[in-house]
Amino acid sequence: MAEAHAVHGHAGPHDAPPELRHHFVDLPAQREASALGMWVFLVTEVLFFGGMFTAYAIYRAIYRTAFEEASNLLDIKLGAFNTAVLIMSSLTMALAVWASSQGKKNLIILFLILTILLGGAFLGVKVIEYKQKFDHHEVPGPHFAPLNEKTHQPLPPQSELFFSLYFCMTGLHALHMIIGIGLLTWLILKARRGVFTPRYNTPVDMVGLYWHFVDIVWIFLFPLLYLLGRHTL
Amino acid sequence: MSGENRRGAHGDPHAHSSGIGAYLGVFAALMILTALTVWAAFQHLGVWNTPVALGVAVTKALLVAWIFMHLRGSPKLTIFVVSASILWLAFLILITASDYLTRSWLPIYAS
Repeated sequence: MAEAHAVHGHAGPHDAPPELRHHFVDLPAQREASALGMWVFLVTEVLFFGGMFTAYAIYRAIYRTAFEEASNLLDIKLGAFNTAVLIMSSLTMALAVWASSQGKKNLIILFLILTILLGGAFLGVKVIEYKQKFDHHEVPGPHFAPLNEKTHQPLPPQSELFFSLYFCMTGLHALHMIIGIGLLTWLILKARRGVFTPRYNTPVDMVGLYWHFVDIVWIFLFPLLYLLGRHTL
Repeated sequence: MSGENRRGAHGDPHAHSSGIGAYLGVFAALMILTALTVWAAFQHLGVWNTPVALGVAVTKALLVAWIFMHLRGSPKLTIFVVSASILWLAFLILITASDYLTRSWLPIYAS
């Protein structure tokens, strides 16, 4: 198959570029199809996370005070710091896409490395937070026994639902970050070979869409998990 | 229709070149909105705490999608597909909520 493409690419009647698959009219058409395909995938991701957001909304409406008390046990400083780190990584990702559209090889690699470092910092903070949750018996399971930090009274049993949702939602989000870092590493290897030119940078653009989507998920997770009932307790 | 779209921003490799200023502006706006949502969480807004938090989050998400993800200048088909995801997410949440959150209205659950 690949040989057939190559032959078509070099011997085609219109001198078709080697990046162009034979079933597309031209590179803009190929790029547009890739973008639409990526967006369709992201739509399925919206509904994948959407199931958890729905479960969260229902249980939060039913067990309002238990959710507020449990939310107060999350570290708001670490959560806000991670939000800022992730927004910064979205900026460096957008700049990597821009650099690839200009064909600036060294800039692409620089911005991709910065994005990976910021993504890694986010995951590092997440590890610290998870460790604290284990130490304070705030992980659902046989050792679940969280205490209110001010009154030192045990939390209502429904708070276990909050922490189950917390670990499922942030865990799935962190898994997406790990996959994203893998994709960024793959892009750096491609960029080093000089694959991306102003004419062809679709892979950088598509991984960018994925990375920004993961950022959007966190934009919703942060207020919904960390900021409940802060003014009341 | 598609021929027209192909000449849109997504098909033009130089369309992003004017983006750096917009990217930095969106970055600054996202940071300010993050600070705003943390501040608002500590204010006594009554029933409005959650709507304010969600409103800020939706604004941030739209900024990321519109500028960072280049929805601005994307073909109408792409914007249509993205809108469909929001529609179905709304169905998922509203129809589920219409069951769980109305059960207490029935006298059978009162006992």
